Parts: sequence; structure tokens; C-alpha cells
Amino acid sequence: MSAEATLDLSAAATATAIAAKTASAPDVVAAALARAESRATLNAFITLASPADLRAIAASAPSGVLHGVPVAVKDNIATTTLSTSCGSRILEGWVSPYEATAVTKLRAAGAVIIGKTNMDEFAMGSSTENSAYGPTLNPLDTTRVPGGSSGGSAAAVAAGICRISYGSETGGSVRQPAAFCGIVGVKPTYGRVSRFGLVAFASSLDHIGVFGKSVDDAALGLQVIAGHDARDATTVDTPVDNYRAEAAKPLAGLVVGVPTEYFPVTLDERIRARCHRAIGLLRELGAEIRTVSLPHTDYAIPVYYILAPAEASSNLARFDGVRYGPRAESEDLRGMYERTRSHGFGPEVTRRIILGTYVLSQGHYDAYYRKAMLVREKITEDFTKVFASGVHVLFTPTTPSPAFTFGSKSDPLEMYLSDTFTATANLAGVPAMSQPIGLVEGLPVGGQLLAARFREADMFRAAYALEKALGSEALS
Amino acid sequence: MAVSDADVLHVAVLARLAIAPERVPSLVRELNGILDHMALLETADVSTVDDDARTAMPRRDDVVAPIPLARPLADFAPSPRDGFLLVPRLSTHSQLGASEGDE
Repeated sequence: MSAEATLDLSAAATATAIAAKTASAPDVVAAALARAESRATLNAFITLASPADLRAIAASAPSGVLHGVPVAVKDNIATTTLSTSCGSRILEGWVSPYEATAVTKLRAAGAVIIGKTNMDEFAMGSSTENSAYGPTLNPLDTTRVPGGSSGGSAAAVAAGICRISYGSETGGSVRQPAAFCGIVGVKPTYGRVSRFGLVAFASSLDHIGVFGKSVDDAALGLQVIAGHDARDATTVDTPVDNYRAEAAKPLAGLVVGVPTEYFPVTLDERIRARCHRAIGLLRELGAEIRTVSLPHTDYAIPVYYILAPAEASSNLARFDGVRYGPRAESEDLRGMYERTRSHGFGPEVTRRIILGTYVLSQGHYDAYYRKAMLVREKITEDFTKVFASGVHVLFTPTTPSPAFTFGSKSDPLEMYLSDTFTATANLAGVPAMSQPIGLVEGLPVGGQLLAARFREADMFRAAYALEKALGSEALS
Repeated sequence: MAVSDADVLHVAVLARLAIAPERVPSLVRELNGILDHMALLETADVSTVDDDARTAMPRRDDVVAPIPLARPLADFAPSPRDGFLLVPRLSTHSQLGASEGDE
């Protein structure tokens, strides 16, 4: 088998082919790198590993479940051999002195990291237009954004460079780009995957997530990085299901809830139609469909855009020119802080730090931050109630629109509203994923599945069956 | 509760950001647009939420242990010396009589 041909195999099949010596790990990663270089105009990567380094790493990769499988990692996940810039000038060229736990687990499973992917600066954005290293293009239509903030990781999979890539989620930054690029994107339960080595944006909302070309790729990609980690106090020491095995189970007995609040009258009718087709297929496959309500959904964006900037204003205080990255010279300490941060942060990060500092400041804390924390409880309660009622998974659209054109959302609030259907899962900490369910005017539409905490297996089960039932119609 | 130019400049000081004067009006406009949307929260009934018993994200006690570093401090910090990080003096420092060359 040619190395080029392995790029069309599933991740599991690639590892199997390498184990059976019908493919060679160095040749497979070299083919992935060559494809990445041939698609350089997409700007999916901030840093690519050198061909010689990659061949050497692949040749000595352990024979785990991802033996020799090329993967891409978002540029806010710490690696010790490639730089970690977070898409920002303030960390330009910075190489971490330690490695993220997810990266350690990937290397132990035999995966080979071919590069670090482009992203909205510090994961703040929904289009990857906010990167200091230029925007990433959507491989399916280069006039359109790939989504964000993990747009580079999504584009790498959609362009066929790798079958699995990793991103981060604070309000939908894996699921939304997965929907825009026609691939699968998974945000696990809060506490399921260690964030040690993930550069913090909003710690109560941050997750590491995974992209896959298929549901099986995404399930395997999550399997490898899931589990307890003593270095992340928020990870939970509960057993990790075998996601691929659970995904293959039939749908009989599965209850799928359809929340009315995610299908407002303003929803694009073509997206509504694709969702209804998917729901109909789930019913035909044996699932029970129930209409349910999550009454506090409309509050998600106000809550999210108070809490996330508030946490960001604290987390990003550490970038002041003292410990990391470039320093702007000044005679005076405060001047050094201000010049370093003002030169280093782009407009969106600056806007969110100002907003976050404002909502935490004296006189505004109760009206904004405290109120948002209380409403977050109501949003979480909605999910708790609906899953306690016997519903296993929820089905919704992932985004209110398909991929939009560059520069078309210049108003920050308009951009924020594109997270309407995804932010709730981060606020409640429940797992959620997006998969392609059809096209609208040639652009992919994502269907979102959400499950109860630590029940990723339920959503993989529904997603795998739906993927098989849709077949080529998932992208037609 | 409209945000003013003075609010933005005050918050920028708190956040250690230098905002160019020409950027202030657009930031004020953007923040007011965003905060107008946040006003929706005023309609949320949270009377049943016990503020003291909010569900905290599950979390164990930190296990404090040194993290082995792949490279020394001098390789990634802007201005290290003898295991410490050097910074410019505080503007108030010289007024207290610090000698030239102190950092």
C-alpha cells in the first residue's frame, strides 16, 4: 500500500496496517507532511515539524493503538519540541518547558504530531480570523472561514492531512469548526480529559477536544487522551468506557430528546430540514424520540460572555513580559507590563480582557458576574432534569448557519451569537459532539448530540448509527 | 449602566493595558453593545438558586509536586539571573532613593 493511500484509511486501520508492516510509520507521516505542505495556502498550521525529525520520531514510535498515525495539535496545547504560540504575538516562538498530559498520552499510544495548528488568539473567536499568524481557510470553500477557535485543527482533518486532530473548547471551539468543515468534533465531559498543559483561557469552561474524519476516528482519538490525571485537579477518577465498542451497539432503547429551544422560528429552514431528516433516521434505527425543553437556553450567550472574559482577564494576567515570550522595554515596571501586553495582544483579546475586568470590578460584580454564575446553575439544572427523566442524548443543530465568509461578522456581538447552540454544554460541563448531516448550498451542516456527564458512549452510539445511515448523504 | 470613556480607561489601568486614545470610542461602543445583550439576564429568575451551595466544578485538592522542565528557565524567560526573573524598577522605587543599576 502506498503511504499516500494510507491517508484515506481510518486511524485504526492505519495503525493496523503499520503493525502488519503493510505500511511504514515514517512513510505515512512523511505523506501527511507532504500533503500539509501541498495545502499550505489553507494556513492550517502555525508550525510544521521538519521531515527529518518526523521520520525519526515515527521510526521509534511505540506500537500503541495510534502507532504511526499522524495527528495535528492546536497551538495552545504545550509541546516541548514545537512552539506553542496560542496564535498570539505575545508567545511568538515560545517553546514550553513541559508537555501537556494529552500530548504525553498521544506519544505513548504511538501517534506522531506533525504540527501545531492555527487558532484564534488564545482561543477567543469563532472563525480563526483572530490569529496573529493570519486566518485559516475552509478547505471546502476557501472564501469562507473554517470556524473557530480551533479552525486549523478542523481544516487539517477536512483537507485530508490527518484523520485525527486536537483542539480546545471553551464555548464551542471544536464543535463549531467541525460543523463548518464537514467533520466530527467532540467535546468531552468537563473532567474527562486532563487540561494540564492546555494554556488556560477560562478554566471553568476549558476542555481539550478531538476532531475526526469519522465518528470512529473521533472515538479512538478521545479514548487515547481520556482519563484521570493527578496534574489536573478537575479530572475525575472514573472508568473510561470503550467508546468504539459502545458506538457499535444498536439504537434500540436509546431515548433521544429534541429540545424546542434549539429550533427557534428564526432557524434557517434548510438547517431545520437536515436536522429533521437526521432525527427521522434515528427513529427508524430504533431510538425513541421525545420533545423536551431546556428553558434557560436563551441565557447561555449572556452568561458565557460574562464568565469567559472574567476568567480570561485573570488567566491572561500572567502574560506580562516577566516569565514568558517577548518583553517590551520600558524604564518602569508598569510601563513594561502595559507595553508588552498592548503590543502582544490583538484586538479581540484586548476587548475580552477589558470586558472581563469590567464585569469583575467594584460596582458591577453583582449585576454581571454573580448573576451570571447563578443563571449558569439554572442552565446546568435544565440538563440534569432532562437526563434524569430518561433521555440519553439530545439532538440539536450545531450552529445557526453554515460557514460564513471572511469579514462578514465585524460586530463582536454578532460573532458571539454564532455560539448560541454550543455554549450551553460548556456551561453545564456535559459532553457534546457535532457530525455532518447534510449540505446547504454546498456547505456542510452539523448536527449536535449531547449526553449526560461521563456518558460520551451514548452520544457515540447515536452518532455512529446516524453516520452509517446517512452514508454519503452526510455531505450531500 | 452605560460604559463611558472613563470606564474603559480605568479598567485598562486595572488590566495593565495601554489603550490608544483613538481606540477608546470604538471599545466603548462595542462594550455597550455587548452589555446591552447581557441585560437579558435581568429577566432570569434565580430565586431558587442557593448562592452558597452552587454546584462547584468537581475538583480534588491539588497534588503539589514539582514539574520537571525540559529546559532551564534561561531558555524561555526574557531576563533571568541566578534563578530569578529580572524586571525594571517600579517608578516609585527611585523616589525612595534606590541607586542606579538596581533592578
